Amino acid sequence: MSERTDYLDLDTKDETFLDATELVLNMGPQHPSTHGVLRVILKLDGEKVLGTECVIGYLHRGVEKIAENRTYAMFNPYVDRMDYVAAVSNGLGYCEAVEKLLNVEAPPRAQYIRVILTELCRIASHQVWLGTHALDIGAITPLFYCFRDREEVLKIFEKYCGARLTTHAFRIGGCIYEAYEGFEQDCKKFCDAFLPKLDEYEELLTTNRIWVERTKGVGILNPEDCIALGVTGPVLRASGVKWDLRKAQPYESYKDFDFEIPTGLNGDTYDRYLVRIEEMRQAVRIIRQAVDGLPQGPIMAKVPKVIKPPVGEVYHSIEAPKGELGYFIVSDASTQPYRIRVRPPSFVNLQALDKMVRGLLVADVVAVIGTLDIVLGEVDR
Amino acid sequence: MIEYIKGYLSSGTTPGEAGNLFWATVYILLVIAGVSVAVLCMNWLERKILAHMQIRLGPMRVGPHGLLQPFADALKLLIKEDIIPHDADKLVFWSAPVVVTMTAFTTFLVVPFGRTHAVTDMNIGVLFMLGVSSLGVLGIIMAGWSSNSHYPLMGSLRSSAQMVSYEIAMGLAIVSAVLMTSLQTGTGTLSMIGIVESQASQHTWFIFKFFPLGFLAFAVFAIAMVAETNRAPFDLPEAESELVAGFHTEYSGFRWSLFFLAEYSAMLAVSSIAVTLWLGGWMRPFPNLLGGPTWDMAFSFLPALTFFVLAAGCFLGTIRMPKIPQFRIQTIGLGTFGALLGFVGLVLLVPAVSVRIQDIYWFVVKVAFFMYLYIWYRGTFPRYRFDQLMKVGWKVLLPTGLGVLIATALWGLMPQLSAALTGVLQ
Repeated sequence: MSERTDYLDLDTKDETFLDATELVLNMGPQHPSTHGVLRVILKLDGEKVLGTECVIGYLHRGVEKIAENRTYAMFNPYVDRMDYVAAVSNGLGYCEAVEKLLNVEAPPRAQYIRVILTELCRIASHQVWLGTHALDIGAITPLFYCFRDREEVLKIFEKYCGARLTTHAFRIGGCIYEAYEGFEQDCKKFCDAFLPKLDEYEELLTTNRIWVERTKGVGILNPEDCIALGVTGPVLRASGVKWDLRKAQPYESYKDFDFEIPTGLNGDTYDRYLVRIEEMRQAVRIIRQAVDGLPQGPIMAKVPKVIKPPVGEVYHSIEAPKGELGYFIVSDASTQPYRIRVRPPSFVNLQALDKMVRGLLVADVVAVIGTLDIVLGEVDR
Repeated sequence: MIEYIKGYLSSGTTPGEAGNLFWATVYILLVIAGVSVAVLCMNWLERKILAHMQIRLGPMRVGPHGLLQPFADALKLLIKEDIIPHDADKLVFWSAPVVVTMTAFTTFLVVPFGRTHAVTDMNIGVLFMLGVSSLGVLGIIMAGWSSNSHYPLMGSLRSSAQMVSYEIAMGLAIVSAVLMTSLQTGTGTLSMIGIVESQASQHTWFIFKFFPLGFLAFAVFAIAMVAETNRAPFDLPEAESELVAGFHTEYSGFRWSLFFLAEYSAMLAVSSIAVTLWLGGWMRPFPNLLGGPTWDMAFSFLPALTFFVLAAGCFLGTIRMPKIPQFRIQTIGLGTFGALLGFVGLVLLVPAVSVRIQDIYWFVVKVAFFMYLYIWYRGTFPRYRFDQLMKVGWKVLLPTGLGVLIATALWGLMPQLSAALTGVLQ
């Protein structure tokens, strides 16, 4: 048996870290602020970041492969497990994609209920983002404020469908649950109570000198880079590109509602913060309109018991809280999809990390990971 | 022997000055015990206050309202497995927490809790305190380097850079306070007791002296001391979200608890410097406005009153406890604790005791105010980035401190200057 010599080679090549001018720091997968199990290999010069490499896959569960062995309806709950802080949005995207494949449309009442729940989910997702992002930058208090108020959203989910996190709220063809008694009042009450609380978050951060210094000019992405990298969602809008699928290619009943798309100017972390805060305000606006105009009628379209879409393929995307969430489904006319490919916003947005953090300091890497708002369940699937 | 022990009691100085080793030892033990108890209290208070700022309850399970939580934690840390990383430099790794704790406790040698309540009174007291507390950084570098790991190394490098930069601003602020002691008498002092006495003889706390100069110097010190003790918003060396735990990432169990102890006693130490230099040390507030024996009398009731209020709080908690068997022990415990506090309050009503305890009481209250500030900062501020921290230190605090120092000197020399000027003009 020959003795391995590559260890020795490594030793002679690799200086000990005290002599080296470049330091390779392994951040994650177990690290307090990589939002789950992201592993970032940082190449550092002192504290300055020379380059990064993301290692993903620690949470890979083969969701897309599972889909090939499940019927269309059976796969529905699985999508909730991808972006687990915005499960309702995931479900909406999937149901709509299959509906498009089947060429059916959910009845208006179902569409309105879907919009209300999805916008509530957007608020909940942004609350989790705000809390953890602030925690990464060192402000520990907003986390508790956000989670306190997110609880109200989760209570509505729980009352509506019995689950708080992985809701499985929608079905192909509409909703399976009728809005419970007092649903409208609950939503309105939440909206009324939430806006002052949003001001409370802003009071803690928006004009906080340290917060502004930590976020302004950090992780700048210009619009061209955003488009080249395929970045979507609030990250894209903060760079000044007014692209929101709810307006650009309205799905559900979004064309009925009057709302603004907030955009930023500089594309830095502070702008992304402001954009997401404003998005929560707009979400409240949409919920109020949807609750007021909630039509009567059926909540389920005519969908066959056994879903067998015709041969073909479909791509459908929605504006999830984190960006464009797309489903590409290939059907071979059997009860199970031939292939499902998910375009998760977190995965695509994560690509921008290297571009954003080069030349910054270690502390900024944490801030930028937070501002990208990634969920590893969605990145790894 | 007994004469030796008794001899000190009538001397009216600190044991160090009197050269009485017996009482010096007693004082040292008292200070170590006192600081340790203060750290335990601080541990509980920080969790509780922070929790209430963050709409949580904090520890509630171990003892009534989590009162026994610090003891439970201490016990847990003591019996935890003590891990030394395989590639660590064992001797340095072992000695780092010792160095940190030693320096943190040594500073308390010259802290004057009262006119005679200090272990000793050095004529270079302030310098001694600054010098010893800056030795703490040595222990942190040792910890970071010997762990042979990236995160601790970066944490300790950050820490040393931070401490060195902020010490300069801190020193300048201190010099301006020391300068103030020399203004009227012409003979300045670096002795901690001397500084407080000079505030007494000038009838003002130095924070109000030459307004706003005294306040500015105090502000510079108050900011620098937060950075010096590595607390939020300057807690980069142990930035949890970036460096996991900074320089003590690889430490566990008892060694880790030594770092914890050192951090909190360093906080107490720098707060007591601030109290001594700017807030009149052991003096009670408003001696000029509310002077006279009647007010003295009224103020002497405050220590007892404080304990009565605390006791009342405990009794209120006892009444509000759920009346179910599971809570019986907790209720009894809280009631006993309240009774204990009430008893201490009663003891403090005895004039002989209350006269002796006055100084310590006011000193502790002032330090407690700073401790509350520390917790408040932690609940409110995000963390500075390294370059911003350096910017604040070198570009804001250092020029301010220097300017305040020069302005203080000029203001203090005003009588002589104006005399010289009129002399020239005539």
